[in-house]
Amino acid sequence: MFDITQLLDEIKASPYEEIVVAAPHTGVVTFADVREGSRVIGPSGTWKEKKGTLLATIERERNQKPIHAVEKGEVKEVLRHLEGTFVEAGTPLVRLRHFLSKDEVLAIILKKALHLFVAPERAKYYFAPDVDKKVKASGASSVSLHEGMDLFIMSRMKREASLAYSGPSGVIYAVYFQHNENVDAGQPLIGVCPPDQLSLIEDVVARVQTEWEERE
Amino acid sequence: MDTEKRTQHLAERLGYIRDVFGGKHNENIALLESKLQEFNLRLSEGSISDENAALTTLEDLFDFVERKLEAELTPMDKVRIVRHPQRICLRDILENVYDNYTEIGGKDEHSIDPSMLIARAYITRRSGKKTINQPVLVIGQEKGHGEEFRNGGSVKPWGNAKALQYMKVAETEGIPIHTYVFTPGSYPVEDYPGAAQQIARNLYEMAGLRVPVIAVFSEGGSGGAEAIGLSDRRLMLSHGYYSVISPEGAAAIEGRLRHGQRAAPELIEKCAQQLRITAEDNLRMGYIDHVVTEPPLGARPYHYDFFRGLRQEIIRATDEVILGVKGFAPFRAMVLRRRRGKAETMDLDNMYVRWSLSSSAKDRLVSRRHRKFNRLARNAARDRRPVLRKLSNMGWDAWWDIYSYFKYDLLRKHQQKIAYLVEEVEAEAQVLMEKVAAPWRKITCALPGGACQSSEQTERELTTLSDWDEEGQRNGNWSYVSPRAKEDRAITCPNADSHGCLDLWAPDLFGEFAGVCTYCGHHFPMEYQWYLHNVFDEGSIFEFNAEIEAGNPLGFEGFDVKLEQAKKQTGLKSGCVTFEARIDNVKLVVAMLVAPFRGGSVGAAEGEKFVQAAERAKKKRYPFLAYVHGTAGIRIQEGTNGVIQMPRCTMAVRRYIEAGGLYLVLYDTNSYAGPLASFLGCSPYQFSIRSANIGFAGPGVIKETTGVDIPPDYHRAYRALSRGHIQGIWDRRDARMNLKQALLTMGGRNLYYR
Repeated sequence: MFDITQLLDEIKASPYEEIVVAAPHTGVVTFADVREGSRVIGPSGTWKEKKGTLLATIERERNQKPIHAVEKGEVKEVLRHLEGTFVEAGTPLVRLRHFLSKDEVLAIILKKALHLFVAPERAKYYFAPDVDKKVKASGASSVSLHEGMDLFIMSRMKREASLAYSGPSGVIYAVYFQHNENVDAGQPLIGVCPPDQLSLIEDVVARVQTEWEERE
Repeated sequence: MDTEKRTQHLAERLGYIRDVFGGKHNENIALLESKLQEFNLRLSEGSISDENAALTTLEDLFDFVERKLEAELTPMDKVRIVRHPQRICLRDILENVYDNYTEIGGKDEHSIDPSMLIARAYITRRSGKKTINQPVLVIGQEKGHGEEFRNGGSVKPWGNAKALQYMKVAETEGIPIHTYVFTPGSYPVEDYPGAAQQIARNLYEMAGLRVPVIAVFSEGGSGGAEAIGLSDRRLMLSHGYYSVISPEGAAAIEGRLRHGQRAAPELIEKCAQQLRITAEDNLRMGYIDHVVTEPPLGARPYHYDFFRGLRQEIIRATDEVILGVKGFAPFRAMVLRRRRGKAETMDLDNMYVRWSLSSSAKDRLVSRRHRKFNRLARNAARDRRPVLRKLSNMGWDAWWDIYSYFKYDLLRKHQQKIAYLVEEVEAEAQVLMEKVAAPWRKITCALPGGACQSSEQTERELTTLSDWDEEGQRNGNWSYVSPRAKEDRAITCPNADSHGCLDLWAPDLFGEFAGVCTYCGHHFPMEYQWYLHNVFDEGSIFEFNAEIEAGNPLGFEGFDVKLEQAKKQTGLKSGCVTFEARIDNVKLVVAMLVAPFRGGSVGAAEGEKFVQAAERAKKKRYPFLAYVHGTAGIRIQEGTNGVIQMPRCTMAVRRYIEAGGLYLVLYDTNSYAGPLASFLGCSPYQFSIRSANIGFAGPGVIKETTGVDIPPDYHRAYRALSRGHIQGIWDRRDARMNLKQALLTMGGRNLYYR
C-alpha cells in the first residue's frame, strides 16, 4: 500500500512538469523571441485551433516549419547555441516548465491511488439494476465491489450483455462514464478504492482543492 | 387625443429624428427639443391658455422640420431609418393594408422562425353592389419593432424553407403572393437546410411559380431579400434600401478590416453612397418597377395615409400583372395605366379583377417573369464584341434554334417512337430465341472447347485485382504542371500533426501527385488551368463570349484600377470563362468561375456570360457544367447589378433544366455566398473536389453576425456532404472519370448524345 500523503508532498516539492521541446526533424534552427523566464501559452480556442506561442522555426529544404509551445508555462532554458545550426531530429531546443493545475494534480494522485476498471469495448454502459438502485439511493460510494459481481450492462447497438467486475475489492470512488453515451475501449469506467483508504483519499482531494495554488 | 399622449408622441418623434441623423443637423434637433421642453414647462406651470392650439403649432413645427430634413437625407440615413424600431413592420401592414388576416404557423416567439411571417390575408373589393374577398398569401420578414426574438428580420434557413412551403400552397390554391422584404440579410448558419442552399431552392422554385408574385422592398439585404424577392412586380418603399451588402460590411471589405474591427463612420457613409442602394437608384437601374412614396423621414405605424396608398399600390400591381397576361380587359387596363402621380381617378377598391388565371395565362405569366429578369443588368457589363460578330452570333443562335428544332424536336420524336417499337419487338424476340436455343446450348457447352468456356482474359479479370492507376491517373503524367512544381522546396501537409504526413517535395506534390498529399489525401488547391488541361479532352476547348468584360457600372471609386489590375494579372476579361469542350468525346458547355480574378466574384459580366452559356447549352442540347474554381460571392462594387444575377442566372438554369438538360456543379476551392445561394446551389447534382470549402458566409462574418465561434473545419466539403448540401466528393485525380460517369448516367432526358 502506498502512501498518498507522501505522494502529495512529492508533488508539492516540485509542482511542475518539465517539457522538452525537441526538433521534429533535421534542419536549421532559428529561435523566436523567447527568453528564459518568459511565459508561453499552449494551444487555445474552443477547438484548440489557435496555436501556442511560437518558440522556434526549423527549416529544411526551404520549408520553414514553426514549432509552438504545447502547454502553458515558463521558459526554463533556450538552447541558444543551436541558433542557425543544423540539428538532428530529437535535439532538445527549449525546456519549458509547466506548472501543474489542480486537475492535473488530482489526476496524478487518483491514477496512483485508485484501481481503474476500464471498458473492454466501445459501448454504452449502465449499472446493473440492483447496483443502480443503490447508486441512486445513497451514492456510488455506498456500493462495495468484489471480484466477479455483476456490475454493468454493456449495450452496443441495442444488444445488451452483462459485465462482471474484476479487480480488488473496494468501493466506487469515481464514475467516469455518462448515461447514454458511448465509452471507447480502454477508457476508465469507474475508479475503485479500498474502503479503509476512502477517507484518506477524500481528505487529500479536499486539501488539493482548497490549498493548491495554481501558478501561471 | 389628450395632451399628455400628444406630447409623448412628439417626444417619440424627436427621438426618432435624433436616431436617424446620428449626430447631424443638431441645430434643428436642438430647436425642436427646446420648443418641446418649453411647452412642457409651461404646461406644468399652467400658463398656457389654449393647450390645443399650442400643441397644434408645435406639431406643425415638427412637420415642417421633418419636411425640411427629408430633403437632406443621405443613403446612410435611410439605412438607419429602415433599421429603426419605430419603422413600420409587416404586422402593421397586415393590420392596415389588408382587411383580414390569419397568421400561419406562428404566434410571436412560438414559431419555427419568428423572423419569417406568413399569413393568409384578404382584400375586400366591390364590383357594383357585390362585395368580393380576394385571398392572398402574405410572406415576409418581421422585425417586430425591435423584438429580440425576431432576430431583426434575419431569417434562418428553416424560416426560408417555411416560406417556400407556403408559396407552394399558394400555387396549389391559385392565389397571388405578396411578399414584404424587411431583412438585413439571411442568418448565416449551415445547419440543414443551409442558408445558401435554401435560398437557392427558393429562387429556383419562385422562378417557376405559377401564381402572380408581388414584392415590396423596405430593407433588401442581399441573399435574404432574394429568398422571397423574385417576383413579377417589385415595388419599393421610398425610404428603403436594396443592396448587395450592408454598408458596414462593404466598408469592412473596402477598408480591409479583420476580426471585428469597426469601420470609420465616414467610410461607411461613403460606401452607402457608392453602392447606390436607395429606391431612386434602383428604380433608375431598373431593378425596381415602382417606388411607393413614404411620408417625410419614413413611414411609422401612425401614418395611416401611407397604408392607404400602399394598399392601392399593392392592388394596382397585382391587377396589372393579372391583366397583363389575362387577355381582354380594355377599360380596367386603362384605369391602371392612368399613372400614379396624377390625381387618383378611381379607388381601386371599387374595381374588380378576378385574381385567378387560366392554365395558358399562367404559362404566359411565368415566361414574362423570365423575360423580365433576363433583360435586367444587360448594360451593366461591357460587351466589346464588334457589331459584325454580334450579328453573326445572333445568326448562329437563330440557326441553332432551327437546327435543333428539326433535329431534336421534330425528327427525334418520330425516330424515338420507331426506336421504342423496334426495342420492344427485339426484346420479345430475344426471350423467344433464348427458350428455343437453350437445349442446343446445353449440348455444345458439355463438349470440350465449347463456346461457353471462359477465356483466359475473363478469368484474369475476375481473379486478379484491377489497377486503379490504369487510365484515370495517367501514372502522374499530367498535361499541365503547376508553376509551383518548379520550386525546389518541401511542403508540409496541414494534417501533418494529426495524420503524421511526411514533408512532400513541391515538384512531386504539384507535379505527379496533382496537389494531393500521398499520406492523408489532403488536396492542396490547384490552378484552374490544371483542370482545363487534365479534365477535358486535349485541344477540345473552344471559348466563346470572351469579349464580355467586367465593368464598373456604379462608378465605384478606385474600382476601375483594381479591375484593370485583375485583368492584367490573369489575362482574363472577367471572372467567368465560358467554353465548349469535350470529355471522352461527349461535348459539353462549361461556365468556369475563376478564383484569381477578384476572388471569382460574380458581377454583371459574369452573370451575363453564365446566362448565355446556359442558353447555348439549351439550344445545342449539350450538358452544362458549372465548374467553380472559386467564388467569393457577388461582386459588391457592382451593387444591385451583381445581386440581380442571383435570380437571373437561377432562372436561366431553370429554363435549361426544364428543357431536359443536365446541369452539373463542381466546386473546387472556396465557394461562398451569393452564387452558392442561387444558380449553383439549385443544381440537383452538386459535386465537390476534396479541396473545397463550401458555405454561405465565411467564419469572420458568422462570428460577427451570430456571435458564435465556429469550428475550423465548418466549411469543409465533407461537412457540406454530411449536411446534405452536396451530392458527392471526388478525388481531384478522378475528376475526369467521375465527370464522364456523370455525363453518361445522370439527369437530362433531352441531351444530344442520348
